[in-house]
Amino acid sequence: MGAQLRVLRGRIRSVQSIKKITKAMEMVATSRLGKAQTRMNFARPYSVEITSVLTALASSTSAPLHHPLLVERPAPRRAGVLVVTSDRGLAGSYSSNAIRRAAALSELLHAEGKETVLYVIGRKGVGYYRFRGRELAGEWTGFSEKPTYDDARAVAMALIRAFLTGADGQDEEDGAPGVDELHMVYTRFESMMTQLPAAVRLAPMEVEETQLPPPGLHLPEYEFEPEPGPLLEALLPKYVSARIYAALLESATAESAARRRACKAATDNAEELIKAYTREANQARQAEITQEISEIVGTADALAASGE
Amino acid sequence: MATMHVEFVSVERPIWSGDATMVVARTTEGELGVLPGHAPLLGELAGGGVVRVQRDGAAELVVAAHGGFLSVTEDGVSILAELAEPAAEVDVERARRALTAARAATDDPDAKDAELRAMSRLRAAGEPV
Repeated sequence: MGAQLRVLRGRIRSVQSIKKITKAMEMVATSRLGKAQTRMNFARPYSVEITSVLTALASSTSAPLHHPLLVERPAPRRAGVLVVTSDRGLAGSYSSNAIRRAAALSELLHAEGKETVLYVIGRKGVGYYRFRGRELAGEWTGFSEKPTYDDARAVAMALIRAFLTGADGQDEEDGAPGVDELHMVYTRFESMMTQLPAAVRLAPMEVEETQLPPPGLHLPEYEFEPEPGPLLEALLPKYVSARIYAALLESATAESAARRRACKAATDNAEELIKAYTREANQARQAEITQEISEIVGTADALAASGE
Repeated sequence: MATMHVEFVSVERPIWSGDATMVVARTTEGELGVLPGHAPLLGELAGGGVVRVQRDGAAELVVAAHGGFLSVTEDGVSILAELAEPAAEVDVERARRALTAARAATDDPDAKDAELRAMSRLRAAGEPV
């Protein structure tokens, strides 16, 4: 067998094993995607309810809103940015899109004269910033595909603590810098084919003042147990946790969708390559045979000529 | 008998939704029973508690609920909780182990929360705490 043919066969074999891996990853991602979507839908009623409770509380005239999480600081100096990335690769540009969006957001914040402090979820993001020597105020890994509410709450507590400290104070426990604003970059699951990174502000919360009650929503005078103040105090951190949890679930869904698409593209690509290499190998084999025949014919002719 | 609509959701999934005749819960201010036609109310549930939903023609629904809120409007009652687990799903053995572990680790700031969560589960299952 000719050297060229042997090389081509080796290449076909290696592409075939790559294809097996990407095919398996694609199927795993498909099943995870289904589960993640179910979890995302299951968690939705809670965020709807907590939003309506918060709206009711905010709309009650007897409760003027005084909480640090709702008040804009006069001269914000430092902003915290939470970036949600994945733990594992093979998901196309999922993590790098989120990182790029975070970079754009940081640039915007810098232009407004604010320093940025990074909080990162997911091994890919942590690795990216580590490699570039960026200091991280907080990092969480190991749950990007299956976030639980406890994970979200741990993140929320760290962020809220930094926020309540403010840029003028230093967090006593671990010396992490306090911030005046909190932002979050996650990936929105638009559809199976489209996942877009999005940036939202977590704190201070933007309070929308509307004169008219939203259609279909009655806002009666409530009784409060306990008083509105403590109630708001208890509700707001839970609201932030719920928002982070919802974002984590959506990002997990987007991650699986991105991985499925990337692995499907890789599998299709591998098939193409196998086809192309097989053609080339066939051609090489054919050329070898042709050459052998012409050699035999040539030898026979030469023998016949010398035998005369 | 008059009924009202009840939505019971936990962070991770909806627990139950349907018509009920009475909801009994404990807020940070004290025990509270909600009947149909109750005045609008917004309350914070006391930690480590249990919410009971009485239904027409069905057994009482007992749910371990911790870290949540109760909202009563003219449309009905919604209960949302960070932890909510129907009594039937409570793993008594595990909850008891969690309670012992949480009580042992007094210096951990999260232990208080874990203790309340375990107590909530055990109370829902009807175990003495």
